[in-house]
Amino acid sequence: MSKKRTIEEINEKIRSGKAVVLTAEQVSAMGRESSPAEVMSKVDVVTTGTFGPMCSSGMFINFGHTSPAMRMEKITLNNVPAYGGIAAVDAYLGATETALPHDQYGGAHVIEELIAGKDVLLQATGKGTDCYPRTEVKTYINKETVNEMIMFNPRNAYQNYNVAVNSTSKMKYTYMGTLLPDFGNANFSTSGELSPLLNDPEMRTIGIGTRIFFGGTTGYVAWHGTQFNTGKPVNSHGIPVGNSATLALIGDAARMITRFIRAAYFEKYGVSMFVGVGIPIPILDEDMARRVMVRNSQIETNIIDYGAPENGILGRIDYQSLFSGEITLNTRKIRTAPLSSVRVAREIAAILREEITAGRFLITEPVEHFRKTTGLNSLDIRI
Amino acid sequence: MKSRRFVLTFPPDATGEPITYNLIRKFDIMVNIVKADVSPGKIGHLVMEMTAPAKILKEGMEYMKQKNVECVPIDRTITYRKDLCIHCGACTAVCFSGALTMTLKTSELAFEPEKCVVCELCLTACPLKLFSIDLG
Repeated sequence: MSKKRTIEEINEKIRSGKAVVLTAEQVSAMGRESSPAEVMSKVDVVTTGTFGPMCSSGMFINFGHTSPAMRMEKITLNNVPAYGGIAAVDAYLGATETALPHDQYGGAHVIEELIAGKDVLLQATGKGTDCYPRTEVKTYINKETVNEMIMFNPRNAYQNYNVAVNSTSKMKYTYMGTLLPDFGNANFSTSGELSPLLNDPEMRTIGIGTRIFFGGTTGYVAWHGTQFNTGKPVNSHGIPVGNSATLALIGDAARMITRFIRAAYFEKYGVSMFVGVGIPIPILDEDMARRVMVRNSQIETNIIDYGAPENGILGRIDYQSLFSGEITLNTRKIRTAPLSSVRVAREIAAILREEITAGRFLITEPVEHFRKTTGLNSLDIRI
Repeated sequence: MKSRRFVLTFPPDATGEPITYNLIRKFDIMVNIVKADVSPGKIGHLVMEMTAPAKILKEGMEYMKQKNVECVPIDRTITYRKDLCIHCGACTAVCFSGALTMTLKTSELAFEPEKCVVCELCLTACPLKLFSIDLG
């Protein structure tokens, strides 16, 4: 029977400073000359990282009560609307919400400013009730004045993602960046072999309650992410091809840092937010060793025509080719460009490695594993 | 030999005259068109590099002036806030001249100003809005 180790054994090694921790890139390089059994015997934990634009992000804020008290209904922060349809002084500020008509400034920018410790203008109105008589408020808040800033992102850390190209004669402005006409470029957005869910594609070690690196501090996997899909076809290396699993993440935004949370504006699309996520993967057995050894050349995704989506999947390509700066699609050479920062993803994996090696970050057993899905529902227009 | 970049602005009625052709044939100026947006009946723009001895270049510019073609040398340069850059690579997507590229080994953004044609596409493509035009 092949060797196995438990998370408790790994944590014991972490506590005593004896755990061997490598980044996903380091273990992929090691995998060129070592077998899964050798990697299993030498390495305890592998750290991953990603820093890409993740639209499905936002923050719950509790402002604290005024005197007399108020039920804030319509709320803006630096003129960006926040959702106030929850309790009196709670709000949810979505990353992509914008301050119309200035649509280049949005929720992500407010979040970044709050994390940076800056003052942000709160304006709110309410109808006034017997228990909440006040009807309007206008004041500055910052991360010291509020009670909570809880980052809760319903869909982050996408496991793989499409490559975007544009077959039309017009420039296309998308959430995948600017796409030059006539296949002028091919944009992609994952950190490849560094990406968390590509190192544990079946999520054997990642589940509800998994402790992670989130925006520069400790966070947790709250749930599976929205549009979670485990029904995608997998390639011969066990990697789902195209958009598949996702994670819902939660963490204390007041302790995050702007190095790992950055507001973004994509031309003629809108606001988004770069989110830094790192997940440690314990090497429980040879199967997990084999998973984390995955290399960019073994990770593949679909090429989609964002100019004419009806054209469907134009081809399949691996990440080694995508990172090389040029791919070939139907004998045609296309320049490639990333949207997700491998430079910062690498930094996140290195920080997490350091934290675990130093005994400050322990590995968690998922409270519960994610369910398997068979696919996604689309929205039928029934009227 | 002198090589400089220019922005040529054509009045709507000048598009019938083969200006570029004449610059090559009559003045023997080496012409490299970087960007063109010219259509009949509209104001047109041409970004091009012209290489010729200084005297010839001057004659060529004089000829364009006679034809009401405005010819302004590009002295502008693109700069960016390297200190704030997150090296995502979104700007490299639009940089068809190859001035902005990702370095494979470090995954960092590399900018080679000598390849830049000041098309300004990076100004809008950068999600963090870190690029600006330096008017020199």
